[in-house]
Order: sequence, then C-alpha cells, then structure tokens
Amino acid sequence: MEFPISISVFVALYIFMLAAFAGWVIIGRVPAILHTPLMSGSNFVHGIVVVGGVYALLNASTMQEQVIGFFAVLLGAGNAAGGYAVTDRMLAMFKPSAHPAAHAAHGKTGHVKSIHARKR
Amino acid sequence: MLTLISQLAIGTADLAAAFLFLYGLHRMSSPVTAPSGIFVAGIGMAVAVLASFLYAFGVVPAARANLPVNLGLVVVALVLGGGIAWWGGRKVAMTAMPQMVAIYNGMGGGAAGAIAAVELFGGKAQGDAELIMTLLGALIGAVSMSGSVIAWAKLDGVINKPVRVKGQQAFNGLVMLATLAVGAYIVVASVDKAALILPMPTAIYLFFGCALALGILMTLPIGGADMPVVISIFNAFTGLAVGIEGYVLQNPALMIAGMVVGAAGMLLTLLMARAMNRSVSNVVFTNFGDGAKHKQGKIQGELKPEQPGDAGIEMRYAASVIIVPGFGLAVSQGQGKLFEFVKLLQAGGVSVKFAIHPVAGRMPGQMDVLLAEAGVPYDMIFQLEDINDQFASTDVALVIGANDVVNPAARTDKSSAIFGMPILNADKAKKVMVIKRGEGKGYAGIVNGLFYADNCSMVYGDAQGVLIKMIEAVRGLGLPAVA
Repeated sequence: MEFPISISVFVALYIFMLAAFAGWVIIGRVPAILHTPLMSGSNFVHGIVVVGGVYALLNASTMQEQVIGFFAVLLGAGNAAGGYAVTDRMLAMFKPSAHPAAHAAHGKTGHVKSIHARKR
Repeated sequence: MLTLISQLAIGTADLAAAFLFLYGLHRMSSPVTAPSGIFVAGIGMAVAVLASFLYAFGVVPAARANLPVNLGLVVVALVLGGGIAWWGGRKVAMTAMPQMVAIYNGMGGGAAGAIAAVELFGGKAQGDAELIMTLLGALIGAVSMSGSVIAWAKLDGVINKPVRVKGQQAFNGLVMLATLAVGAYIVVASVDKAALILPMPTAIYLFFGCALALGILMTLPIGGADMPVVISIFNAFTGLAVGIEGYVLQNPALMIAGMVVGAAGMLLTLLMARAMNRSVSNVVFTNFGDGAKHKQGKIQGELKPEQPGDAGIEMRYAASVIIVPGFGLAVSQGQGKLFEFVKLLQAGGVSVKFAIHPVAGRMPGQMDVLLAEAGVPYDMIFQLEDINDQFASTDVALVIGANDVVNPAARTDKSSAIFGMPILNADKAKKVMVIKRGEGKGYAGIVNGLFYADNCSMVYGDAQGVLIKMIEAVRGLGLPAVA
C-alpha cells in the first residue's frame, strides 16, 4: 500500500477550474467594506507556497539549490506570516455599534441587516 | 514504512489545509465572522507547514547527505522570514497598508519563482508538460515579484513619478518575446541536447533576468494612483504562479490555494476597474492623466468659504449628516478627531453616516479600515450603492479630503476624463460642506463644479485642525446631550 499523489495534466485542469470557480463565488460574497482585509487575507493564503519551498530545500543536493531553496522558504514564510499579521490586525478593528438602540431611532430599517444583505 | 506514514500524514494535512483556507475565506463574507475566518485559515497554514517537515523522510537519494544541513536551513529561513514579516506587519501604520501588502505579495511571487529555479537548475522536471508548467510559473512569479517591488516603491513615495518613454510599450513587448524565446529554447534544449548553443544554467539565468526586467518595465509607466489595481493584478499573478508550481510539485493544496487566490485577485481587479469606469487594460497600458488637458466646461458660481466653527455648529443643528471621507483625511491623521466630532453630533441626536466610495483610499476598502481603526462601528459605514439615494433627504453632506469621487462632472460632462465613473451624490444634499487644504484640483486634474454650487461651502484648512475647531465650537455651545 502506498499513498503517492499523482496528478495528470487533465486532472490538474479540473482542480484549477473548480478552485477558480470556488474562489470567484466565495470572494464575490465579501462586502466592499472588507476588501482591504480580503486582499491581504488572500495574499496570506498564497503564502502556502512556503510548503513547496520546504520541499524544494529538503531535496536540494547542490549548494546552488540550497541557496535558492533557502530564499524560497524565507520569502514564502514572510508572505504567510506577514499576510496573517496584517489581516488579523485589521479585522480586529471592525466593531459594531456599542448602543444599537441609539441608532435604531434614525436608522429605521436597521443597519446590521443591510451589512448582511449587502450585495457586492 | 516511515516514508509511507509521512506520505499519508502530509496528504491528510494538506487536504485539511485546503479545506480550512476555503472555509476561512468563506467566513470573511461578514465583519462578524471575518476575524474567526482568518484564524481558521491560519490553522490550515500552521498544519501544512508543520506537516511539510515530514518531507524529510522521503528526500531524493542525491540530497540525503545534505539532510541535516537542509533541515537546519529550513528552520532558520522559516524563523527569519516569518519573524521579520510578522514584526513588520504588527507595527505598520494602517495608512501604509497598501505598500505592505505589495511587499508580502512580492515575497510570495519570489518564493514561487525560487521553487521553479530549484526545479530548473536541478533538471528535476519530468517531461515537456511539466517543464513548460515550471517555466510558466517561474515567469509569472518573477514578474509578480519585481513588479510588486516597483509598486511598493511607488506607493511608498520612493518613486514618485511614472517613468514614461516613447516606444515603451513596443520595448516591453520585445522583452516579453525575448523571455518566451529563452523559455522555448530551454524546452527544446532539454529534449534535444544537440541543439545546445547556450549552456543550460546561462539560459536559465537569462530567463529569470528577462522575466524580472519585464515586471519592472511593466509597472514603471503606471501612475501611483493606479497602484491598487496593479497590486490586485499581481496578487492574482502570485496566486497563479503558486497554483502552477503546485502542479509541478504534485501538491494539490498549493494548486487549490493558488487558484482560489488567482480567481479572487481577478475578481477584485475587475470590481476596482469598474468603480473607476475603466477597463483593466486601460489601467495597465494607457497613461491616465495625459489626456485630461481638454477644455473645461464653463463653471457657474463662486467658492464660498466658511469658518470651521460655524460649519460645526450648523451640523450640530442639522437632523442628518453624511460624511464622505477621502485619503486627504488619512493624510492629516484626522480620523480620530472626526469620530470624536461624530460622537458629539450623535449625542445631540443628529443622525450620522459614513459614505465610502469604492476607490476611496489607496486600495479598495482602505478607508473602511482607517475608520474602523479610529473606532467607527462598521454599521455606520455605508458603501456607494447602499447610501447614494439617501443624500437627497440629508441636511448636510460633509466631504473631507475627497474630490473626484464627488465630482458631478462624472454624471454630466461627456468630455470629462472621469465621465461615467460612479460618484457619491453629495451634491444632492441640502447643504454640502467641503473640508479642503486649498483650492487645488483632484488626482484627475479636473476642476470640481460641486465646489462652486449654490448649496456648497468650503472650509479651508488641514482636516485634523478643522475638526478640532469644529469640536471646540460645538462643545462651546454647552448644549445638553439628547438621550
């Protein structure tokens, strides 16, 4: 019994197609108010490239490969850690009103509802 | 046996990571669940990175002797790269967020390019399809890296003018062709060793050199104000490069994460371009601002200055106020004082809302973040399509450090450079007040007819200073708070 992953060109295209579609639909639902954290958040997600960097560096057999592999991990780790740090910081700032009753007086329909029902 | 277990563990961890990324991004669809969303995605990342150490049990025979050194290098690189970026991300000012995102994005592109370089120099690609994919990922990753660095330099003010030379587009086209030609040569030479006129390593260096130059040359002529679109494009590029390298490394987690980001970046780019009523190719290939030297339509009326104190008191006695903030507010660091003033108005029973234009700030949504940082609750912040109909029934529209996004010429003047761009209907409010440093023009270099309208008054001064005077004036009234 073995568990190697083997992806042919066509299976790759299917994965790409489904992932792109999922990304389009998921991101399309994010309200404009969160577009900056969204951009840094998606930036964080492609920091997964660090995993590829680790693979490349562990399998490096020459000095040249080691040096380039080192930079792959260094840059990938920076992408992931930095992307997470700024996204987390920004999202922690978004707070609802402390006194929703005070707003209901002139908001009539209610603001919170419009946040959820907002179309992009 | 160990190889078997490590394969199983890595496969499972990466599958979990891919799911957690999608689920985390899904939770970002509301400000309520978004903080937990990034946390979920963070767990996915941690799991995948920890599991990647298990690759040590299945390294290729040639690298086995290097394993202890390589493991050490991995740890050093992770701690160093992750540590510096984390520290930078924790202390960066919210106004500098666009350039920070550009840098992190460039790092991701660079990492994808570096992985491709290891594969190429080591001759690890098996078969033409894999080699072509490696080169494609290398090209996109390298362009994204060098382009992001230029975007950072422009946003940070290191480069403060677009660099434009005659025949630039044609030259860039040539560099693009040269890159593709070197790539094609690498593919041909790897199949037929007899065709070797250039040693392989030299060809690979040349390929990366051309790709990096292309990223720089592409980004140099684009104006600083268009950088948000450019960052979004490069974000999509890095995603694509990561996805493609994921295929080369046979790692579906990289493929999925990369392609999700690629699609997301593409969508954001289109949304932004639409908010400026321009096409993406218009942003990348034409030099905005050059054509704006046409004759202005006749503007009726005159500028009517108003004292900050008077304006503040007028708003205190209004029933409803909508505030239109622009980047000028952030430049003067006035968000905190603005919210203090807003709370004062609210205590007096005035209904206050914020109206945000899609391209307010230096990247989409940045104004929302800056207001949130100052403590403004997100349910007071409204986007263009949700609030635009409410201006007509509002007493005062207060425009602070914004210009083009409230210029009625976008609606009426067909010859205007911004014609057709969706704008906030601040001019439809009963009274418009504009806080502005001087009588200058906006980024598009267009005179704003709104400032000359009968219902508009100008409050000159630095936004923060003006707001302090407004707060003092309203406090000076000594009115009791309304419950």
